[in-house]
This record gives sequence, structure tokens and C-alpha cells, in this order.
Amino acid sequence: MPFKQLLIEGLAMGACYGLFGLAVVIIYKTSEVVNFAAGTMAMFSTYVAFHVITLYGFPFWLAFLVSLFFAAVLGVFVEFFFIKPAKNPTLLGLIVITIGAQLLLGGLAGWKWTADQQAFSIPFSYKVIYEPIPGFHISQWAIAVFVIAFIIVTFLFLFFKFTKLGRAMRATQQNKHAAKIMGIKTDRVFAFSWAFSSVIGVTAAMLISARTILDPDFMMEPFLRAFAAAVLGGLMSIPGVLIGGGIMGLLENFFGYAFPSWKPITAFVVIVLVLCVRPSGLFAKHYVKKV
Amino acid sequence: MDMKRDYYEDIELFKSGTILFWSILFVAALFVAPLFLSNYHLYLFNLVMVHVIVAVGLNILVGSTGQIALGHAGFFAIGAYGTVLLMTKLGLPFFPAIVIAAFISAFFGFILGLPALRLEGPYLAIATLAFGLAIMHIIGHTELFGGRQGLTAPVLNIGISQWGLNWVIKTELGKYYLILIFTIIMVLLAINILKTRAGRAFVAIRDSDIAAEVIGINLTMYKTLAFAVSSFFAGIAGGLFAFVLGFFDPFTFNLILSIIFLVMVVVGGLGSVMGSIAGATLITYLMYDLLKNVDEVPIVGNLLVAFSGKFLTTTGIDNFNLVALGLVMIGIIIFEPLGMFGAWIRIKKYWKTWPF
Repeated sequence: MPFKQLLIEGLAMGACYGLFGLAVVIIYKTSEVVNFAAGTMAMFSTYVAFHVITLYGFPFWLAFLVSLFFAAVLGVFVEFFFIKPAKNPTLLGLIVITIGAQLLLGGLAGWKWTADQQAFSIPFSYKVIYEPIPGFHISQWAIAVFVIAFIIVTFLFLFFKFTKLGRAMRATQQNKHAAKIMGIKTDRVFAFSWAFSSVIGVTAAMLISARTILDPDFMMEPFLRAFAAAVLGGLMSIPGVLIGGGIMGLLENFFGYAFPSWKPITAFVVIVLVLCVRPSGLFAKHYVKKV
Repeated sequence: MDMKRDYYEDIELFKSGTILFWSILFVAALFVAPLFLSNYHLYLFNLVMVHVIVAVGLNILVGSTGQIALGHAGFFAIGAYGTVLLMTKLGLPFFPAIVIAAFISAFFGFILGLPALRLEGPYLAIATLAFGLAIMHIIGHTELFGGRQGLTAPVLNIGISQWGLNWVIKTELGKYYLILIFTIIMVLLAINILKTRAGRAFVAIRDSDIAAEVIGINLTMYKTLAFAVSSFFAGIAGGLFAFVLGFFDPFTFNLILSIIFLVMVVVGGLGSVMGSIAGATLITYLMYDLLKNVDEVPIVGNLLVAFSGKFLTTTGIDNFNLVALGLVMIGIIIFEPLGMFGAWIRIKKYWKTWPF
């Protein structure tokens, strides 16, 4: 019976997509920038972890912390040097900038680490399989994904609801100028949201690379799926992107099992069909534009 | 500066005798240029002209109508595969084949234009991107389209072999003139489209689609028309591209190619046909010639090789063109959002009003 297997695998992959989609959503929520570079930024930070592990022999958890720190710096760097200097950019302008950052970072990674495929292992292997209930197999990797996703989402929920910075971020999203008048340093909020998104992105990227491989392009497909999941959820809502990610992972796994060669595009076809019916995703409120 | 006094001035093809003179001189120069060019440079010119056609078409959609398109490599692929398959499988002559392929491409553009009616911003970006990827995968998985192995273009016979009229083009030189004539026709077509009722409707939709609807522009018709026209251009260009390359596989038409097309339009200047031509020329030269073998460029190449040997890897130096393209994309939006056309306007204004 592959059904339960597909279900669990799909949900785990979906949780990865959902987590990664969160990285996209956090930036979109605060600054209305669609970050096409998210995948490559996460890939780059994962390579940093790989680099310190293989070359300097760091233990995994230390490398993980180094990589999180690097990701945060990278996020702030991209925001400060690429996004902020643009004067009143249009939506297309922002998309071009982030795609440019994606090509730049992807090119640098390929230059530094070449296009060779590497194996990146985390302490949670997908080959170690438990059977908690008879006939119900779950890998160590899947458990790790669920636990980490749960921790991050809970943290985010509490963060946005109760901390001062979280409230500042929500205020900035609702009205940047009003937030400024209220004494919120919106520049810092933007920098922080980029760092935050980058850190969540690299966590998801490590989980994904442990399941697949590590090369300069490995985040391309997961990023597109995660982005599609975020669009499905409406680009604005955190529960939405998780549900979107889940739908994405399940669809991909079940269709991929039935029609293996069409696996890469089933997800997109579904997205386009959903968007035709609900143009702003499943969970977003559709605001009427003022003229 | 650019004051229009009557309606005719708004629609005339050449604004002044000076522009007409220089345009004719430029075209004449292109016709005699092959006398001084090697075969490799002819190939490069062919590639540039094919990209000019795509960029001019994409400009109608992105620059004039203001829609985001990240999947134009898909239409390009439809043009290339359509032309080659119509010629080899159905035995159609070249000219009907390329026109039919372009119309098929335009039909797909129309189909993609339908969801675009309701989508905007990032949602439209993901939908077009998905379309481009879907086309690539469908071609790669279908036996008819040659699968992953790709297709080889047939002999370029622009006569009609069924009637015994054979005119086979074998050399790069012959292809150069064929593509040049196509390019001139398509560019004139694009300029003229932008001066018609439809062209003005596109610009109105870009500036505000709600206002455009209020003044009586049929959004359904003109948005899908913009997509169809733009993909028609990409289809024609794809058909020519098939013969420039001679051999192609699905991965030729990947996401990077779509991005390169978009960059051409943005670098050239959104909404300007001349800008698109300049942008396509510049980006094609950078991506397919100068930076392709960056380690062979004098002085800079050696420096880069030494630098990458010390800090990075020398095998990965091919990635330099991606790095450069990324920097160009970021730089153009930060420093000159209107692209080369914007820079040209600024220089012109500066000299016209000098010394004030």
C-alpha cells in the first residue's frame, strides 16, 4: 500500500515547501517585494554550511549556526544594497532586481563551488525508518521536518502576536507612512524581515537538500513550488502558505506517483487553474483597487 | 521638445527627414555589412536580429501594455518547433510554415492572455513562468517533438519544392539576408502597431486599466490581443532561430532564456522600440560573445582567471556571465530605470537646453 507512504512523504515535502514559502511571504507581507532570489539565497547559505563542514571540519550544529548567521547577514545585505537604492521602483522593477540578485548569487555559487553535485547530510536521515503504528512508516527526516516546521510556525505566531518587533512589522505592512509617524524605524523593520526570511529559508533549504542533493541549482524547483504554494495561499497569510505547501506536496507526490514524467509541472497546472478561479489565491482577501 | 501639432504627426512613421535619412543609412549599412564580417560574426548578427524580433514583440506586451511576462521562451520554442515540424512532417514550404507556426504561437498567447485578464503583479508573473516551464516539459516528454534529444532543422529551402522552385540557403550569408528582411518587416510592423488604435489602447491599459475600461477600451480584447501579438513576434523569431542554431533541444528554451528576453526589454527601455533593439543587441553581444569566453578577453580575462584560481574555482568561470547579467539587471533598475532609451532622452535634453 503506497498510499500512506505517499501521504506522509507528500506532507513532509509539503511542510518544506510551506516553510520555504514562509520566507517569501514574510518579505511580501512587510515590503510587497516578491523575492525571486529567495531560493538562491538559501542555496548560497546552505553551501556555506557545506563549506565549513567539509573544509574546516566543523560539527554540524556549529555549521548550522554559522549558516544561519550568514543567511541573516546576506538577507540584510541584499535588502540594503539591491532593494533600497532603487527609487520608487515599479513591480516589474522589483522583480527584475530580485531575479538579478538570483542570477548573481547563483553565478557566484557556481563559480565558487562548481556545478558538481554534492551530498549534504544532516543528522536526520531519510533512510532511517520508524514504524510507530504497524503498516505506517515514517522516516527520521520526515519527523524532523514536522517538528521543525511546528516550532517555526509556533514561534512566528507568537512573534507576530506578542512581541514589539512583530507588531511593528504588522504595522509597517498595513501602512508604511503611518508606522513611521508612530515612531517605528521602518528601515530596520525591512532589514529585519529580510534577515528573518533568509534564516527561515536556509532552514528549509537544508531540510530539502538532505532529501535531494546539493548543487547550485537545487533550490530552483523547490523555490518555484514554494512560491506557487505561497501564491496559492494568497501571498499574505501565514496559515495560507502552510496549507498551500501541504496541497502542493500532496499533489506533487500523488500525481508524480501516477504519472512520473509529468511530476514537475502538475503543480503549476493546478496553480494556474486555481488562479483562474480565485485570482488572489485561496486565502487572501481581494482588495478593490482605488483609482 | 516633442510637441505634436496635429494627429498626422502622431502616427507618421518617421518623425523628421533626419530620422528617415539615418534610418535608411543604417539599413543600407546592414545590407553591406557582410562584406566585412567573418562567418562567426554573421552567426552572431543572425542571433542578434532574432533576439531583436523577440524583444520588440515582448516590448509591446511588457513595455506598452504593462503586463509581466516571464515565459516568453515558451512562445519562442513553439515558433521553432512549429516551423521545423511543419516543414519536416507536413512538407510545407518555409514561408507558410513559419507564418503558421507564429499563428499557433499567437493562439497560445491568446490562451495565456485569458487568465491574465484576472491576474496582476506577482500572480501574473507566476502564471507566465509556469507556462514557460510547462512548454519546456511538454516538449521534452513528447516523442513527436524529439523529446530530450532535440530536433535538427531541415535544409533551409525558401522556395516551394512541390512546384519545382528550389532556393536552398546554405551559408550564414544567405541566412543573414533572410533574417535581416524579416527583422526589418517585423520592426516596422511593431512601430506601426503602436501607432494604431490598438497601440494606443495598450498604452492606456498600462497607465491605468480601470481608467482605460471607463473610456471604452475593451480590456478582454486588447489584453489578449497584446499577448497574441507579442507571441506572434516570438513565434516568427523562434522559426528563424531554429535555422540559426540548426539543432536545438528543450533546454535551449529554459527559464534563463525567458529572463534574458525580459532583461533585453528592460535594459533597452520599456515602451520604446528603438530601445528594445539596442537592448537586444547589447545583451546578446554580452551573453553570447563577450562573456561567453570571458577568460579569453585580453587583460581582464587573465586577471579573472588569476582571481578565480586564488579565491574561487577556475572551472566555474563560465558562471561569470550570469554574475554580470545579474549586476546589469540590478544596476539598470537602480541607476537608470528607463534603460538605454531613458539615458538617450536625458542626453538629448541636456544638449538641447545647454547651457541651462
